[in-house]
Amino acid sequence: MIDATLVELSRAQFALTAMYHFLFVPLTLGLSFMIAIMESVYVMTGRTIWRDMTKFWGLLFGINFAMGVATGIVMEFQFGTNWAYYSHYVGDVFGAPLAIEGLMAFFLEATLVGLFFFGWDKLGKVQHLAVTWLVALGSNLSALWILIANGWMQNPVGSFFNPDTMRMEVTDFAAVIFNPVAQAKFVHTVAAGYVTGAVFVLAISAYYLLRGRYKALAKRSFTVAASFGLAAALSVVVLGDESGYAITENQKMKLAMIEGMWHTEEAPASFSLFGIPDREAQETHYELKIPWVMGLIATRSFSKEIPGITELAALSEMHIRDGLLAYDALETLKVDEANPEARETFLQNQEYLGYALLLKKYVEDPRDASDQQIVMAVQDSLPNVFALFWSFRFMVAIGFYMIALFGLAFYLVSLRRRVPRWFLRVSFYTLPLPWIAAELGWLVAEYGRQPWVIEGVLPTFLGVSSIGISDILISLGGFMVLYTVLAVIEVRLMLKYIRKGPEQESGDDPAKLDAGLSPAFAKSQE
Amino acid sequence: MIFDYEVLRLIWWALLGVLLVAFAVTDGFDMGVAALLPAVARSDGQRRQVINTVGPVWEGNQVWFILGGGAIFAAWPALYAVSFSGFYLAMFLILSALIIRPVAFKFRSKRDEPAWRARWDAALCFSGVVPALIFGVAVGNVLQGVPFHFDSSLRPFYTGSFFALLNPFALLCGLVSLAMLILHGATWLQIKADGEPAERARKFGMVAAIVVIVLFAVGGFWVSHMDGYRIVTAMDPQGPSNPLRKEVVSEAGIWLNNYRAQPVLWLVPLAGFAGAVLALMGLFWRVGALSFLGSKLSVAAIITTVGVSMFPMILPSSSDPGHSLTVWDSSSSHYTLGVMLFATVVFLPIILLYTAWVYKVLWGKVSESDVNKDMY
Repeated sequence: MIDATLVELSRAQFALTAMYHFLFVPLTLGLSFMIAIMESVYVMTGRTIWRDMTKFWGLLFGINFAMGVATGIVMEFQFGTNWAYYSHYVGDVFGAPLAIEGLMAFFLEATLVGLFFFGWDKLGKVQHLAVTWLVALGSNLSALWILIANGWMQNPVGSFFNPDTMRMEVTDFAAVIFNPVAQAKFVHTVAAGYVTGAVFVLAISAYYLLRGRYKALAKRSFTVAASFGLAAALSVVVLGDESGYAITENQKMKLAMIEGMWHTEEAPASFSLFGIPDREAQETHYELKIPWVMGLIATRSFSKEIPGITELAALSEMHIRDGLLAYDALETLKVDEANPEARETFLQNQEYLGYALLLKKYVEDPRDASDQQIVMAVQDSLPNVFALFWSFRFMVAIGFYMIALFGLAFYLVSLRRRVPRWFLRVSFYTLPLPWIAAELGWLVAEYGRQPWVIEGVLPTFLGVSSIGISDILISLGGFMVLYTVLAVIEVRLMLKYIRKGPEQESGDDPAKLDAGLSPAFAKSQE
Repeated sequence: MIFDYEVLRLIWWALLGVLLVAFAVTDGFDMGVAALLPAVARSDGQRRQVINTVGPVWEGNQVWFILGGGAIFAAWPALYAVSFSGFYLAMFLILSALIIRPVAFKFRSKRDEPAWRARWDAALCFSGVVPALIFGVAVGNVLQGVPFHFDSSLRPFYTGSFFALLNPFALLCGLVSLAMLILHGATWLQIKADGEPAERARKFGMVAAIVVIVLFAVGGFWVSHMDGYRIVTAMDPQGPSNPLRKEVVSEAGIWLNNYRAQPVLWLVPLAGFAGAVLALMGLFWRVGALSFLGSKLSVAAIITTVGVSMFPMILPSSSDPGHSLTVWDSSSSHYTLGVMLFATVVFLPIILLYTAWVYKVLWGKVSESDVNKDMY
């Protein structure tokens, strides 16, 4: 049987490296686009202040990008090093989007990003602008393919288990690519990245405005961030990725957990604004419910039901029993490849094979499992309701706060004469929020998928490599040390360059500089 | 599908080689330059000059490694699973080096203190030497066979240890790899740098070229006498990818079988030597372009030699030879290989096109006097 400590350590290392990597990704996604917008303004208007802005934010982008690249390398190889059985089991499906990501997206951004920094004197204005846009495009396409891979883990479409090769294989690539879960995730994630970029620029610009430094640059950056951020914040919430949750049974499980919804409600289901879900008693205490809202969020309809946790658990048990038939047939096929009866039985039940594998946590051969062990496996198929319930609520609250923040910012820069100092302060202190929301989002998506690594197909604990505990302790410790040191260096460098501020090459008269801006806002901060 | 399964497997075996060669030829000179950094550049100005020769391109070059990882995952999932988990601590060292490298390139120039810069220089040197050495050690172990087996569900088990990887033959391969990439870095500096660093690199490069020639010859002699692996049962090249359905024996001298059957293949290892000789001549007569082309040829041919010697083996198992991974039983499905080939045919030419454009824009030597204009 698989060593439980090994599983926990492997999961800890994956969570550590993935969540750490995900500190840098959203900012890359958003900032690359904002830099491209700033440089476009420079090329169109010829005002050098916009070039200074591009270079300044580009410098901070570069520090962040290096960390994203460095920590991303680990992600590409960690499936092989730490999740070897997973890699064998689903490589035929999961590997392809990763490889295509390299071919189509990462190559583009990584090859051209050097020219972004080194090419100012070597390229024409328009050429350099094209480079910047292609870097932004590359990083966004990168997110697309990674989320296609991740979407398949959440909703494994277009594939089947091949008993001859003992693994999942693709039957329909178009289904994998156009997986609705993947598409919803992509839109939600990049939009969240844009919000992160916008908050970053907004907060640092607010810092300069509060200090009365680099006003011309800070005001323009504030304006760009306000407008870009408003559009992005609206998209994140409207196109939230829970829209994908209603699609499959396991996604429904996640949805029920997020909702702390123990029993199926009549459609449209209500949304619990507050509550303390209690797994033992199977109910949510102190619930504060808003009618209809959950049904609308999850199904976009008034009539579709969202099943509750208890109902889903009952289904789980049925699947385990069907999965055992598939497992038994597969064992026969291992020794007698051609056995037609076993093939037939396997074909009929193969979609539930993964449920039988849940029992491997308790018995070597799932067919020997007792009824009590089956009940335990059913319990395992329920994710941690409390963590999901609250992660989701904090994330959503931050989402709505962002809409309010950017809505107000946009109103202030476009219509009002003056951005009050309290608002600048609020903007500055908002800085950590998008990162918190992004990490919570990761938690809801990935932790919420447990106990599955591929929903309904492969339980997480089975996916690990057969490596020694000491090996993983060394690597986990090593990553912790390395990542901590790098985090300290990165934050200090960022602070140094933010304090130092932009190098202004433009010899423009500050008074003239304000001419290109929204007239009301331009005069406001004097 | 246009191609049958056998042809696709052959194509993907060749593409695996192409990716590894592209990685070694492009990122190889970055690593060589990083390894040479403390030796060839003494002052801060010189170090910035040397770093700037690779500053704008290393990021793109490194993607060949990422792409190699992705392509192995997608096209040879069993190889991806067995090798990376088997070589666990070695992979951890490589990944650490590759984590430190981007950061070192980007962060070194961001502070003026000499101590800060000296630390990053040491980090860069580490990030060049360690992967170069380990890649060679890994290849040395692959040639000897690695102790692994599968259970009936195809869960891989590796039964060796990290220190067993460091055996004499593997260390020899590690040195070949290190010398080869140092040579490559040195010849790159001939065409991209001037002044003292280029001159010092030239001397290191000449030594490295001689080391490559000698050690590659020793390695070849060793390989001709050591145990290779051969499939002894009939295999269906169109069959499902299940590595448990064959028998394999290991005997001395098998790694020369392909050359005996197809003598024209001798040209491949020969090109490995010829490239190193050309690089040596180019360095000696100060013909930068010749030396760089020579080291490229040498790197490409030495890697190809390994693939050609082992075909159709990819990763032999020393403990359970029958479980060895071969071209015929460890690939992805027919459909996935086809889709991936389509993606490669579409995107690889585009990649080559913009990569070439980037190198064209950056054409010309980097002098010490240039560094103050640029970022690093």
